[in-house]
Amino acid sequence: MWKYILKRIVALIPVIIGVTLIVYFIMSLAPGDPAVTILGDQATPEAIEQLREEMGLNDPIIVQYVRYMFNLCRGDMGTSYKTKKAVSVEIFSRFPATAKLSIVAVIFSTIMAIPLGIVAAIKQNSFFDGFSMIVALLGISMPIFWFGVLLQLLFSLKLGWLPSTGNDYWYSIVLPATALGFHNVASVARITRSSMLEVIRQDYIRTARAKGVSYGTVIKKHALRNALIPVITVLGIQIGSLLAGSTLSETVFAWPGMGRFMIASISGRDIPSVLGCIILFTLCFSVCNLAVDLAYGFIDPRIKSQYK
Amino acid sequence: MSENMKKDLELDIKNLVVEFRTDAGVTQALNGLDLEIEKGKTLGLVGETGAGKTTTGLSILQLIPDPPGIIVDGSIKLAGEDVMMKSEKEMEKIRGQQVSMIFQDPMTSLNPVMTVEDQIAEVVAIHEVDANGKPIAYSDAIKRAKEMLELVGIPGDRGTEYPHQFSGGMKQRVVIAIALACNPKLLIADEPTTALDVTIQAQVLEMMKGLRDKYGTSMLMITHDLGIVAEICDAVSIIYAGRVIEHGSLEDIFDNTRHPYTEGLFNSLPDLDHREQRLKPIKGLMPDPTNLPKGCAFCPRCDYAMEICQTQKPPRVYRNDEHYVECFLYNEQNIKEGGVIGR
Repeated sequence: MWKYILKRIVALIPVIIGVTLIVYFIMSLAPGDPAVTILGDQATPEAIEQLREEMGLNDPIIVQYVRYMFNLCRGDMGTSYKTKKAVSVEIFSRFPATAKLSIVAVIFSTIMAIPLGIVAAIKQNSFFDGFSMIVALLGISMPIFWFGVLLQLLFSLKLGWLPSTGNDYWYSIVLPATALGFHNVASVARITRSSMLEVIRQDYIRTARAKGVSYGTVIKKHALRNALIPVITVLGIQIGSLLAGSTLSETVFAWPGMGRFMIASISGRDIPSVLGCIILFTLCFSVCNLAVDLAYGFIDPRIKSQYK
Repeated sequence: MSENMKKDLELDIKNLVVEFRTDAGVTQALNGLDLEIEKGKTLGLVGETGAGKTTTGLSILQLIPDPPGIIVDGSIKLAGEDVMMKSEKEMEKIRGQQVSMIFQDPMTSLNPVMTVEDQIAEVVAIHEVDANGKPIAYSDAIKRAKEMLELVGIPGDRGTEYPHQFSGGMKQRVVIAIALACNPKLLIADEPTTALDVTIQAQVLEMMKGLRDKYGTSMLMITHDLGIVAEICDAVSIIYAGRVIEHGSLEDIFDNTRHPYTEGLFNSLPDLDHREQRLKPIKGLMPDPTNLPKGCAFCPRCDYAMEICQTQKPPRVYRNDEHYVECFLYNEQNIKEGGVIGR
């Protein structure tokens, strides 16, 4: 088990290299000059040229990349062009807010989606089944930013129950997390439903019923655990879209998190900040995937026996 | 039926009609099936795939998938009590305790994420009570599960393993252990050896026979293998398109075959003494159960078919108290003579 985890962590290194390489090159291809961004439009060409030299922007791109990676290995993520502070400081001051938002969104979508999917499967083709699948369809069809604005209009502007922006009260998180999580409810509920439908037709469910186990117990004890395996896969993938979605939700709700910071950094051509955010997102995504793979092992002994 | 009163029946199915109603049409799975098993005896239910054998087994347990399946007509009596009148709660008490079922495919019959002993202990924990009438402790159920494993020839300490760590034959032994854990009065064995290797088949069959004799269990042996029937059964019902078309004791069926379909089943078996003879398989396939023939269901495949077979259902003709056949070839007189008419 520990050997397996270690193997997976080592496998993260090429992933990080690949991701940073791609982002570094894309950012360098983007129009605009970081030196101009820093000094402003009024700066003289000489001043700009001097700053470019100082920042090493005149070196070949690959040299710049290798230099960045060397610094990264020492724990130095560079300095933000814009705020002149260390990128690591900028990022880690914002990361907890994003983590909180994502976790609440995951919890919200999970506790809503899984029961929805189970009941829809058990009462297949009933009114409830149709209703919950319509809710799921709505969730997946509405863009986060649009649904976020709708929530603001209703709960902040019209009803005045919840703050529309910021992170000033403990309940400020309700709207951004709902906007973010509702999108995931759809896919998780659908996969729970189809997985459950498949499992309750399995022979071992019939065996359990033939033993005299009541229907409710069969669902809880026999079906659910088997049905959760594909659900967890989807949950793992969802975390990726959640990170992407957090940039949207944070922007709409002015949530002081990393997503908003990354958007601002991209438009400000603040390459070290963008890279820092992306590396952290990559790490989060990989760790979540590892957690998902380990969760399989706990649920399914057939998979556990392969973790050697 | 006066003689039925004398017989001590564990299972008595009368005129059972089961339909599966889907958008594609109504599938007539069982069309007036009659079945009787005396206490302590074994009945072989023999027929091709799709004849309604498994549906019969599931009907007894009231586990027909509903929707789309519904029992339209008939009665199923277990030791004199009609299961159709039972509530779901009462059926849960019967399943696993009074009646158990062994399913065809051991590979898929066990829950992959539960240990083997947990799966056996579950049925024990549901049904068994201690001296005070309270459900027994789970630790005792586990102890019982380990005993059951030993009984079917698996070391008890392997109970903590999962089904994927077992071979097919061992899984079927586990399924049998589950079925027998509460000493059921009636055991429904749905092709228990079909999915197994021949060598393992013999072992499992031998074991089932031994356990049946030890506990005096009545058994419904669902199979398409006449060899198994000869080995283990006291009486045989031949089922075709959801109806018993010939029924009798082992001797009646094997030595005094009457129905052309039963004859066809025997002719499909290779004969080692006369290997130069070619096999005579029954031509064609089972009729489409959504569109059964108007007359005798076997008529389109029957070598002896007459005009009347196409339009009318054949009546039941008795050869002796037990042996009957549903075929227009026979009447009260000629059924007592010879073999299949025209042979």
